[in-house]
Amino acid sequence: MDATAEQKYDYGVVRWFTVMAAVYLMVGALVGVYIASELAWPFLNFDLEYITFGRLRPLHTNAVIFAYGGCALMATAFYSVQRTCATRLWSNKLAWFTFIGWNLIIVSAVISFPLGLTQGKEYAELEWPIDIAIAVVWLSYMFNFIMTIANRKTSHIYVSNWFFLGMMVMITYLHVVNSLAVPVGLFKSYSIFSGVQDAMIQWWWGHNAVGFYLTAGFLGIMYYFVPKQANRPVYSYRLSVIHFWALMFGYVWLGAHHLQYTALPDWTGSLGAAVSLAMIIPSWGGAVNGMMTLSGAWDKLRTDYVLRFLIMSLAFYAMSTFEGPVMSIKTVNALSHYTDWTVGHVHSGALGWVAMVGIGAIYHMMTKVFHVQLWSTKLVNAHFWTATIGTVVYIVAMWVSGIMQGLMWRAYDEYGTLAYTFAESVEAMHPYYAMRAVGGMIFLLGTVLMVFNILMTVAKASADGSVQAARTAPATA
Amino acid sequence: MAMQESMERNVWGLVIVLAIALSVGGIVEIVPLFYLKSTMEHNSAPELIWQRQDGQTLNDHKPGDGMRPYKALELAGRDVYIREGCYLCHSQMVRPFRDEKERYGHYSLASESMYDHPFQWGSKRTGPDLARVGGKYSDDWHRKHLRAPRSVVPESVMPNYPWLKGNPVNDSIGDHMKGMQMIGVPYTDADIAAAAKEVEGKTEEDAVVAYLQVLGTMAKLDENKVYRE
Repeated sequence: MDATAEQKYDYGVVRWFTVMAAVYLMVGALVGVYIASELAWPFLNFDLEYITFGRLRPLHTNAVIFAYGGCALMATAFYSVQRTCATRLWSNKLAWFTFIGWNLIIVSAVISFPLGLTQGKEYAELEWPIDIAIAVVWLSYMFNFIMTIANRKTSHIYVSNWFFLGMMVMITYLHVVNSLAVPVGLFKSYSIFSGVQDAMIQWWWGHNAVGFYLTAGFLGIMYYFVPKQANRPVYSYRLSVIHFWALMFGYVWLGAHHLQYTALPDWTGSLGAAVSLAMIIPSWGGAVNGMMTLSGAWDKLRTDYVLRFLIMSLAFYAMSTFEGPVMSIKTVNALSHYTDWTVGHVHSGALGWVAMVGIGAIYHMMTKVFHVQLWSTKLVNAHFWTATIGTVVYIVAMWVSGIMQGLMWRAYDEYGTLAYTFAESVEAMHPYYAMRAVGGMIFLLGTVLMVFNILMTVAKASADGSVQAARTAPATA
Repeated sequence: MAMQESMERNVWGLVIVLAIALSVGGIVEIVPLFYLKSTMEHNSAPELIWQRQDGQTLNDHKPGDGMRPYKALELAGRDVYIREGCYLCHSQMVRPFRDEKERYGHYSLASESMYDHPFQWGSKRTGPDLARVGGKYSDDWHRKHLRAPRSVVPESVMPNYPWLKGNPVNDSIGDHMKGMQMIGVPYTDADIAAAAKEVEGKTEEDAVVAYLQVLGTMAKLDENKVYRE
């Protein structure tokens, strides 16, 4: 029990964000498993308009990115900014506004997507009134974060906060520009951009939702929680400075690589691909900095299951930040684009990196903000293995199906005609779509274990009165 | 490192430098697309755009006359296409490869989606590309396929869309056209005034079929012409 911390910092809002992040990860994975199953067994659409693949897919992506990812980022940022600045939140009330606002937005997504209300731009599907709410709540999050740093009792701003800040500024740009639309009804609008310009703006947004929300923000998580959990200082300060600025400046350029060989001018796609290749260096800089933080303490991986999540996430991060630049090379992209390979790549990042580093941080925070040990560390270990195996099964299935699709589409027979119809390529995907659904189910099982473990931990804390005790105990330091 | 040191001590300095560094890539890659003439092929090939004469309605356009705004029914179909998330499994962007040419047709041009708010290029082909699907199948085939895809393509994993045939088309489609007009789509006031009548008595299925049948048919592309450098 850390009574000093409980009284010195605002933990209440962190507790809620932490638990909700775990719940949303489970929900997002559940929807993902369902739509993956629809592709393997289409009868699962049941002729119900509200649950077709096309309507639930935005729900899946928004649930994992904005519900899980958002709550994880808000929990960790509000927690670590207080710890690293040795001061409480600038405004606890505003933080609660952020929590309630963000969760209302999530509820509105759960209602509006099955109803078919969408702007039709990937990962930015929410309609214009909700977009305005997102902007307001997001700015409340950013402003509170900046003001807390301004109030800090420490001399320097810790590295994790740089990453969170970069993410907040960039997401503000992206969300505002990409969501510009002319409303034609209460829940219907058209993007003010069209065709090629809309495509470039969409993928500037799309890739940077990955690059900033899911990478820079989660690197902020990594920079606080890996050293804390390992109880070692960050491996290299110099490396963190260099890879931070390289990532901030460079990542923004990558979106164009989603549009190779399309009607986007060649110069834009090639520029995006060139910078993508260069991004291997700063990306690996971050992965190395995280992993090497463990140097001299590798034995902890044998006993500390939470640390296992954090380190495994860095391994997946290193792998997918290598795969991404490779896929941006034009000749590779010619094969991989439009196929399941892209889906596999996204999930090696989303399941392997984003989910795992977040899960590690969630488990870490549970013990800190509820002032108890986890209900079961054995379950954490079981979760680790289901998450890892589920992720590997998923991405292997998508690699095979993606490359196979790409090769079948361009295959010619000895007479110089196309060897396969499109329908034949769809049929050939069936075993891999089934395998992907199974991989997702294994991953989902792990998230169920996590939510159960977390709820039992909360119940234990409540039975012990540990939070109340920490609030009222005389501070020791 | 002196600058790094000062930014680590001053959060506002850090925010400002970040705001500048983060804006560069987007500005360099996006802004030129709005003014570089080479971005849109119709700047060098004006025949790609329909030259509408005064008094002509959208119904006076013939396939191949060039790009025009969607007719009311087509736009309603496009709204349904977006609502159902079709773009999540179907691209509308043919790439300049031999196999894509044989499977789908001429590679897509930027000018061909100049009236598409938002663009529908897609990112995934769980199903085939639809950029030039117009005219490839009969209306009847499309209706059967929309109601029960596996009745015509046994390997398909597409959901059935049986509810489209029972839903009347949104009668406020004129408002949608007015919104498009505000952001530069060349609808005339007469087009908008006639919209409600154009969709009268039509179902969402009629609308989707009309949309699919126009895809790739507005402009006639010349096989021997190099549209993009």
